[in-house]
Amino acid sequence: MVAVAPVIDVRVQAEDFDVGAEMAGLERLGGGAVGSFTGIVRGGAGLTALVLEHHPAMTHKALTRMAEDACGRWPLLGVTLIHRYGALVPGARIVFVGTASAHRAAALDATMFLIDWLKTRAPFWKQERFADGRTAWVEARSADDTAAKRWDADKGDVMDG
Amino acid sequence: MAIEMLYFAWVREKVGVGAERIDPPATVRTVADLIAWLAARSPGHAAAFAEPDRIRAAIDDRFVGVTAVIGDAREIALFPPVTGG
Repeated sequence: MVAVAPVIDVRVQAEDFDVGAEMAGLERLGGGAVGSFTGIVRGGAGLTALVLEHHPAMTHKALTRMAEDACGRWPLLGVTLIHRYGALVPGARIVFVGTASAHRAAALDATMFLIDWLKTRAPFWKQERFADGRTAWVEARSADDTAAKRWDADKGDVMDG
Repeated sequence: MAIEMLYFAWVREKVGVGAERIDPPATVRTVADLIAWLAARSPGHAAAFAEPDRIRAAIDDRFVGVTAVIGDAREIALFPPVTGG
């Protein structure tokens, strides 16, 4: 099979995105397998908004490097990464990871890898705002570090689809 | 040589500004040295950098460890562990 350069689409934006349209774009790459993850603001405990701050000069580069790393580990036809910033209300979409491949394991494993790395290697910080006026910076979770570390050793062997 | 500092999240809040230009002495070689030097600049800096273990860094838009040598860095960002995704 002739290797085709994967289509990497990285967007860092305040606006919402259309999951269906993003999935359809990946389907059109013709791989036969599309994996995706959508992260959504969890409500409850009086949360009125999650405010996402980021390092504007660095974020797009960091996400692009992540997508390129995924393409080096798995035979992907395309990677779409969208991460929002600004004030997001409960139920709002925060992040989208989509992958296209000829193999389901590659699409799913790469999706998991990318969300694990987004949690631990993308320069974003979340602040919670509550109805009573309180604010709190979200603390990094050691479980996220543990999840991300498993990819340090595992170079992502891919089985046939 | 002057370095453009960037601060994010609670580091930014405690320092009181999101960016500043600094000119540290040559004895400030590593990111850890820089954090210690910055802590003496103001009460806000002192509060932000009171627990260096909680500070992460990027030099010229790449994550680095605190033992990283500053060298001819143009921009250094200091911030808490990231919480994206």
